[in-house]
Amino acid sequence: MTNEEIKTYITAHTPEATYDEAGEWLTILIESNHLKPLAAVLRGQPMQLDFLFCLTCIDYKTHLTMVYHLTSTSNRNINIVLKANVNIGDPIIETVSDLWRTAEFLEREVFEMFGVDFLHHPDLRRLILEEDFKGFPLRKDFEDPINMIKL
Amino acid sequence: MYTETEIIKDTTNLGPDGELVVNMGPQHPATHGVLHLVVTLNGETIKKIEPHLGYIHRSIEKMCESLTYRQFIYVTSRMDYLSSHINNTACALLIEKGMQIEVPERAKVVRTILNELTRIASHELWIGAMAMDLGAFTPFFYAFREREMITDIMEDTCGARLTMNYIVPGGLMYDIHPDFQTKVKAFVKQFKEKVTEYEDLVTGNVIFQSRTKGVGVLTTEDAISYGCTGPVARASGVSCDIRKIAPYDAYDRVEFDEVIETAGDSFSRYMVRVKEMNQSIRIIEQLIDNIPEGDFVGKTKNVLKLAKGEFYQRVETARGELGVYIVSEGATTPYRIKFRSPGFSNLSVLDHIAKGSKIGDLMATMGTLDLVIPDIDR
Repeated sequence: MTNEEIKTYITAHTPEATYDEAGEWLTILIESNHLKPLAAVLRGQPMQLDFLFCLTCIDYKTHLTMVYHLTSTSNRNINIVLKANVNIGDPIIETVSDLWRTAEFLEREVFEMFGVDFLHHPDLRRLILEEDFKGFPLRKDFEDPINMIKL
Repeated sequence: MYTETEIIKDTTNLGPDGELVVNMGPQHPATHGVLHLVVTLNGETIKKIEPHLGYIHRSIEKMCESLTYRQFIYVTSRMDYLSSHINNTACALLIEKGMQIEVPERAKVVRTILNELTRIASHELWIGAMAMDLGAFTPFFYAFREREMITDIMEDTCGARLTMNYIVPGGLMYDIHPDFQTKVKAFVKQFKEKVTEYEDLVTGNVIFQSRTKGVGVLTTEDAISYGCTGPVARASGVSCDIRKIAPYDAYDRVEFDEVIETAGDSFSRYMVRVKEMNQSIRIIEQLIDNIPEGDFVGKTKNVLKLAKGEFYQRVETARGELGVYIVSEGATTPYRIKFRSPGFSNLSVLDHIAKGSKIGDLMATMGTLDLVIPDIDR
């Protein structure tokens, strides 16, 4: 499938989606409430993007952006970046761990580092940080009291 | 339950269905690092495994946000310390891609040779350590004999035996040592003679086979769904070698096979790594006599600045696919950096494949996943 075909296919399902082709791979931008239905469409036939190789979050100070890098093991030429904007004041988004099991651990990492709540996640707990740690370390407003680089 | 230290004296009443919670690690000899597994057992059968991470978490991603594009590469050697050359290659490739830096052919070829030597060294260490976890002590010495030759080559090349920093944006930090080719050829010769010893010692061993065959079976669907890469996924029949999918450096001009096994058990994962070492030797043999003359580093600006945008670079480390994702705002430091580490995804599958097996088999399952804890915690 070419980028144009993918865009036509996705626009038929999610008309609100916008696209960015400046980078190496096609980027689809959506709001957080459209994420789960669109993710299910991408995971299913005919796209079959069954391999989530990177899941992360970016803090843009005004909002958070969840980033999903997807590819297909049957057609390695298709690489898609899915981006969903999340409200920074009340960061809630649906989990994708039922579509890609690898998301379970990756979302736990985002949960503790950025404070994003994943709805319907089977086991949303801290993974790396200790229980009494305060704040979300990878957010831009987080100031470490002992910053080894700025010392 | 696991936070309280108590000695169980009365074993008649162990909670629902005789459940017993055992802490494996963070100081366990078979985890080879500070991995903490909370294992819920029913008798000897594993019911659940919960990894507790963070004992060696240094927040490398946050640290890199304060470091310039020349500085942050050195931190990545401390992630997967057995693949430091490959980690550095990933970062260098990303910056070269983002800034359109021309890399001299000589640097490309030397990088590829070093990456393959790193892969062999990593697999050698893994074979020794895994056999030791399963009770065989001798393979450790055999594997380290050859690994020592590689660490000597690394020491000559860049001064370090572990956590090497030699690959920089644009090429290499220095030119190769005059003895580089001679030493690599000597290593290749010795390795080819001695590799049969591992096969005799480990592969055909009845005890080793009965402890690994059919243990920790990972199906193809699960390997894909859990995002497994590297030898773990290839043992389950998933073709995922980045060197084939998106060739970088000199991988597009060498001939090698992607090793794929289909059984998905611990023994297949072992076989993939053994066969991969032979493929690495094949790559080195094709390149070692053909190192082009010329510059070892391309022309770069003193201050590196990536254009505003997003960049992603994948490489194949000894453990699987390493991804470096940089969001740049046009400054001298990255705005956000994410390392997609292969060990993290490979660890997430442990609970799934070890569930229902005996606790003794956990060593074989965990050993063949080849976990490096600093790579998982970052």
